[in-house]
Parts: sequence; C-alpha cells; structure tokens
Amino acid sequence: MKKIGEPSTGEKVLRYVLLLFVLLITVGPFLWQLSTSLKGAGEDIYTRTPSFIPHEPTLNNYSQVAEAIPVWRYIGNSLLVAVLTVGGNILFATLAGYAIARLRFRGRKIVLGLFLATLILPGEVTIISQYVTVRDLGLADTLIGVALPGMVAALNVLLMFNAFRSLPQEIDEAAVMDGATVPQRLLRVSLPAVRGTLAVVAIFSFIQAWDDFLWPLIVLTSPEKYTLTVGLQYLSGTFTQDQRLIAAGTMIAFIPIAVLFSALQRYFFKGVEEGGVKG
Amino acid sequence: MKTHRWFTPWVLTIPALAFLLVFSVWPSINTLRLSFTDAKPLGGDTDFVGVENYTELLHDGQVWTALLNSAIYMAICLPLLTILPLLLAVLVERKLPFIAFFRTAFYVPVIASAVVVGLMWTWLLDDRGLINNLARWLHVIQGPVPFLTDRWLVLISAISLTVWKGLGYYMIVYLAALGNVRKDLHEAAAIDGAGPVRRFLTVTVPGVRGTMFLVAVLVSVAALRVFSELYILTGGKGGPGGKDQSLVMLIQQYAGGFYGNLGYASALSVLLFVVTVVPMVVLARLNNRSDS
Repeated sequence: MKKIGEPSTGEKVLRYVLLLFVLLITVGPFLWQLSTSLKGAGEDIYTRTPSFIPHEPTLNNYSQVAEAIPVWRYIGNSLLVAVLTVGGNILFATLAGYAIARLRFRGRKIVLGLFLATLILPGEVTIISQYVTVRDLGLADTLIGVALPGMVAALNVLLMFNAFRSLPQEIDEAAVMDGATVPQRLLRVSLPAVRGTLAVVAIFSFIQAWDDFLWPLIVLTSPEKYTLTVGLQYLSGTFTQDQRLIAAGTMIAFIPIAVLFSALQRYFFKGVEEGGVKG
Repeated sequence: MKTHRWFTPWVLTIPALAFLLVFSVWPSINTLRLSFTDAKPLGGDTDFVGVENYTELLHDGQVWTALLNSAIYMAICLPLLTILPLLLAVLVERKLPFIAFFRTAFYVPVIASAVVVGLMWTWLLDDRGLINNLARWLHVIQGPVPFLTDRWLVLISAISLTVWKGLGYYMIVYLAALGNVRKDLHEAAAIDGAGPVRRFLTVTVPGVRGTMFLVAVLVSVAALRVFSELYILTGGKGGPGGKDQSLVMLIQQYAGGFYGNLGYASALSVLLFVVTVVPMVVLARLNNRSDS
C-alpha cells in the first residue's frame, strides 16, 4: 500500500508549478520595482514590450532620492521610533506577562481582562483621542509622540502571558526552593524558555513601527520630522512623477525590513510553531 | 509557600498597565466624550454641541459613500481571504525541498509597508505600467484600463492589493492550525479511497473550522479599517470626486489642518467602532450555531 506521506511524482510537479505561480504573484512585483529603480534616465520604462533586466543598471535614482528628500534623516527617524517601540514592548510586555502568568496576586484577573478587552478595539477608533492625549502632553509633531502609544501593545502582553503560562509549574517551585527571587526566576528560568515568542514580539514590533503610516501622518506636521513612510508619500506626491525615483524610494524603505526578516525568519517561524501567533 | 512579596506583581505590571490606561482605556472614553464637542486639532475653546456631530454625520453623503465602499470591501475580501490562504497553507504544509523558502517568500508582502506596496501597485497599474502594457502586448485590451482613475476600478484595485498583502498573513495563521489536524483522519480517509479534494473538504476544513471563523472576523474588521491602500492608490485624494474613501480616510481628513474638526472625527470613530462590532457579533453567532 502506498504511504500517504509520500506524494507521487505527478503531485510533486503540480505542487511546484503552483508554488512557482504564487511566488511570481507575491514576489514578482517587488522585483519589477527593483528593476525600475535600477533603470537609467535614458531607458524607456513605459515601453509596450516591458524588459525586466535594466539595459544599463545605475544607482543614480537612489542618489537622486537623497537630493529630493532628506532620506537619511527619515531613515534615522523611523529607526528611532522602531527601536523605542521594540524596546518598550520587549521590556514591559515581558514584565507584565510574567507577573500575570506566574505570580498570584489580588486583581490579577481584572488586569488580564483589561488587556484582553482592548484587543477588540481597532486602533483607528481611538486614534483621534490618542492624538489629543499626545498633544496635551506637549508631544504633537515629535518622534517621541509617534513612538509612545505603541511602546506597549496589549497583544504583546498577552503573547508573553500565554508563553509564560504554558511553562510547567514545577520549574518555578524548584527555583523557589533554591531561594531564587522573582527577578532571578524571570531572567534565568522562565525567559530563556520563551525566546521564540520574544523573537516574534520583537520582529512584529519593529515591522509594525517601521511600516506604520496613519499615526505618524497624523502626529507629524514638520517635513524634517517625517518617518520614512510619510516621507515616501511626500516624495511621490510633491516632488516627482518619475517612477524610477519613487521605485528607488520604496526600495530604500523595503530593503532593511526584508534583510531583517530574512535574517530572523527562522526564529519567527519557530515562534509561530510554539503558538506565538495563535494567541 | 511564600513565593514573592505582595507588591512585586504590581511593580512588574504597572508600567504596561499605565500605558494601557493612558493610550487605550482613556482614549476610548475620551473618543465618546469628544464626539459631543467641537474640539479643534490645535486646541483652544471646546464646547459641547450635543448630538450635532451625529446628525451631521447622518446627512453627510461622504459618510454613506464610505460605508458603501466598506461593505463592498468586506463582501469581496471576506470569502477570498478566508479561503485562498487556507489553500496556500495546505500547499506549503507538505515538507518538500525549498518549502521554507516558499513560505518565507509568500510572507514578504506582509512585512512590507502598505505605503511601499501601495506605491508599487500604483506603478504596476499605471496607464503606461506593466499590467496595462502586458495586456496590450497580449492583445487582451486595446486602450489602457483606467485602474487608478475610474471610481469603481480604484476600489477594486485597492481590494486586490489588500487581498494580495493579506494572503501570507492568514496563511501563517492557518499553518499553525493545520498542525493540530489529526493525521490519522487523513490516512483513514485515504484508505477509504477519498481523493485530495474530498480529503480537504471532509478532513481539513472541519479540522480548522474554528480558525476559519477567527480569520473571517480578522478579515472583516481589517476590511472596515482600510486606510493606506486607498490613500496611496489615490494619492491621498480619495479617487475621482473623493468617492473612493473609507471611514478611516475621513477620520484622518478631519484630524488636522485648518478645517480639522476633532469632534466630528470622533463621531466618525464611534461609527467605525459600531460598524466593526457587527461582523464580530454575526460571525460569533454563526460559529455558535454551527457548533450545536
């Protein structure tokens, strides 16, 4: 009898054909954008018979982006917001998630319920009053104001809670016997066991902060404070209709996140398998 | 046995709790309060205006257009993004050579910013862009298809972009769920002579039904919250005559500038909340009914 685990050759071929087809749809547009960004001013990018390989590849468009908008400053701004967001989420979600999952205290259920309740609230619903809060704190049109509300996401607290909760009770008991304090138990016993989830929290926080558009668009008004996404929209709307330049700009925003993700994707998919995304 | 002092949990929880109260709990209450005022983006005098914002909202043609757009958005995204990512997850579940590469590659549109992919698609869908050129080259069309200048085609283009960007995300959600489907059921069905399609319908789908409802809820709420796709594809203008706007685009419009009106924007936010609760309640009920 044929075992179900081994697909026939025909099935394998069909699977790979489908995989390549989906690959073309999902990654193809990025490659086309990369190709456009490398085409020189002399090359007709509107030709009826599109050519994928640039005739004379050039990085000229990238340097022209830097002339049109202060792109290095925008990268720095985005990086600052992303680093604050990742740091805040890793630190505060770990502490709170650990306390709710591993320590018994009065009010624990209420705290957990509060974090859960905010999950059903789409962020866009509170974005206006969040802006009012940030403005009243004197942080309108500042990068701190952009980063602050995202520094603790309820979802991340719950992900860490979930990860800590699934550890066996015995590991704490043994540590308590040895006289380990709470910080020691958290850092030496529990945290190493939830590294996968921590990686998911870090990666998602970074991507979310780096990619965010609506919130910085609302908070920031001075062009020199723009994050990269707002700056890109500014570039395409104000300065140029040259698709080569816009393509170069989008690649500048995309490549760092693509490199980061491919470097960390192993931890990400492992974290997902640990149940990181299921919540 | 004493494991910790009474205040330790609070020391650990209070930073996160403070953020939650200041940036989630208070803003939810404040949204409701602001929706009864005429608050302005730059501060200054704020007066209570009663239900004025809400009556204005009911007579605002743009709001009704946005609601219609959202309904269409949801009606198309819901079936596509509930079913296609499941098929994709089944495709990448089988351990074959290079499968990790494909999984990662399919996830790439998810990690890219909506601004990046929005500008990318703007170029692809341009009158002289790749898609129109390819279609003309293959003689499928004579003149260019006005993807970005026709009121309905703009909406369809934005929906396609949302579906394209969401495929990988929901694929991963399904992939985690597929791991829990019992392998022996698949084997039993195979022994009974059930083909792949039949096994998918009788084993896989019932096995991930709970996840399908979860995905359906996530997709519908995401469709109602759409902003960046429509904003970028229309260059921030909302398409011809401003007809291709979503509720969130309207909220953003009233959030700043000289004509900004935070009171009205807050009333729109309350409307957005009410609208997102509808699919959650409906789908939760459907899920309960199919359980019993």
